[in-house]
Amino acid sequence: MFGDFTAVNAITFQVKKGEIFGFLGANGAGKTTAMKMLIGISNPTSGKANVAGFNVFTNAEDIKKNIGYMSQKFALYDDLTVKENINFFGGIYGLSRKRITEKSSALIEELGLEKTANKLVGSLPLGWKQKLSFSVSLLHDPKIVFLDEPTGGVDPITRRQFWEMIYKAANQGTTVFVTTHYMDEAEYCDRVSIMVNGTIEALDTPKKLKERFKTDTMNDVFLKLARG
Amino acid sequence: MKRFIGFIKKEYYHIFRDRRSLFILFGMPIAQIMLFGFAITNEINNVDIAILDHSKDADTKEIIHKISASKYFSINQLIEKESDIETIFKKGKVKAVLSFENDFSKNLNKEHKTTIQIITDATDPNTANTISNYVNAILTQYQKELNKDVTIAYQIIPQTRMVYNPELKSVYMFVPGVMTIILMLVSAMMTSISITREKELGTMEVLLVSPLKPFQVIVGKVFPYIFLSIINAVIIVMLSIFIFKMPIQGSLFLLALESILFITSALALGILISTISATQQTAMMISLMGLMLPVILLSGFIFPISSMPLPLQLISNIIPAKWFIIIIKGIMLKGVGFQFIWKETLILVGMTVFFIGLSVKKYKIRLE
Repeated sequence: MFGDFTAVNAITFQVKKGEIFGFLGANGAGKTTAMKMLIGISNPTSGKANVAGFNVFTNAEDIKKNIGYMSQKFALYDDLTVKENINFFGGIYGLSRKRITEKSSALIEELGLEKTANKLVGSLPLGWKQKLSFSVSLLHDPKIVFLDEPTGGVDPITRRQFWEMIYKAANQGTTVFVTTHYMDEAEYCDRVSIMVNGTIEALDTPKKLKERFKTDTMNDVFLKLARG
Repeated sequence: MKRFIGFIKKEYYHIFRDRRSLFILFGMPIAQIMLFGFAITNEINNVDIAILDHSKDADTKEIIHKISASKYFSINQLIEKESDIETIFKKGKVKAVLSFENDFSKNLNKEHKTTIQIITDATDPNTANTISNYVNAILTQYQKELNKDVTIAYQIIPQTRMVYNPELKSVYMFVPGVMTIILMLVSAMMTSISITREKELGTMEVLLVSPLKPFQVIVGKVFPYIFLSIINAVIIVMLSIFIFKMPIQGSLFLLALESILFITSALALGILISTISATQQTAMMISLMGLMLPVILLSGFIFPISSMPLPLQLISNIIPAKWFIIIIKGIMLKGVGFQFIWKETLILVGMTVFFIGLSVKKYKIRLE
């Protein structure tokens, strides 16, 4: 609740393990607020919610250990090198030094960042930063990872690569909870929910939603819903 | 603990990779203490004066000699006519003109009375005042020498002693003030900027989603600045001892404890500022306008509180810096022990607790 305005009103949904769950909605529909409630930086006024098996109200600390989060803003430190960023975030999640070193070299190799590992993150192109940021959010092997509009401002090729990374994480059993307003990305999700004015208006697989609204693209589904 | 060390390391990178913050942290204290110590001074030294001597006799020569021999004045010019006085002031270099009347010695010897005019350039009232006092002192001295053999019937002889700073060095007054400003600057402004930076960049959110508790995040952000503030305090004290030869009369240990108390209150203020500002710019403006100006103007650092209008005197009471300046002036200059400053310390403790409480509360509200 923000004053008298209810940003998110009694939404109900379940996400399965290893699923890519798309959380769609226009700007201001309440996506980010709902996500913030789930990751424990906003408190819902009422309701019941479990994340990774833990109650949002009573076990927020356990949730934090088991989730990864990538915020809308690019949230690594520009004035730290790639390695320093990895070390720092690994460290605050309590990973051992050995584990961090292993993870760090695996991650750097996977992203092809060997040459830039000791360069400041600020000097990397945005697409790389975003991929790095996603990898960092997976550093502690979370059960579920929350991505808040992860591909904003990124070129189509990098977006494509980014989604490949998302698939890979999901295949390894990580649940992916992703908000976006790119409707083509919605097609990549296992299931999507569409929020309008703080409530969930539709929740199903992209295929079924398109059948229900008798259109060929998620874009049209979204437009029909958003316009009421 | 390992997490904490990682956090400190990160802050260290932030601070040492940013030239701006490095400059504020280490350039400013040294620059300020040097500026206040050397450049900004209430003392006068080698002030240029001009002489208009209508008489040119033994007594005027002797007085002129005494004046030019003192380190306060240097005689820039000897002028011949009254109308030159204004021209010379307009040129700006000469700050005072001494004008001896006609027949100075004759009047002095015959009528036991003569006059000398001291004309000062009062565009800078403080300097003008000081010049006239110094000239008066030299004249009084000369008069005494003349009256050596005469006993005056009634005499009041003022014996002035300037205690705690006998040479009236202005650096004695500036060191405590500068130290207060620097500690305020480093502790409050730098922490508020560094916390709001994380908010602005979005990394604060990521930190709050991590298993770190909000409390740990804040302590991690603040801790390096406690350390840096203490280093700064040490640098300032060292500079004042070794460069300005200002002795620290009181206990260094007490000074350190009181400084840590003040640093804590400033840090709490910094956290408070960071909770109400969304951007680094705002944090900096609030720190400068809301903290630095009152510290400079209302703390008694430069302008004595007792000569302020009553409303300002009342306001000065809520400025932590005022109490800290009283405390450290006491310790540094007068060498007082805790029994003389416990009241001020208590007020400072009260303020610190209040600010910490308020910032914790504000911070919690922000989180929700």
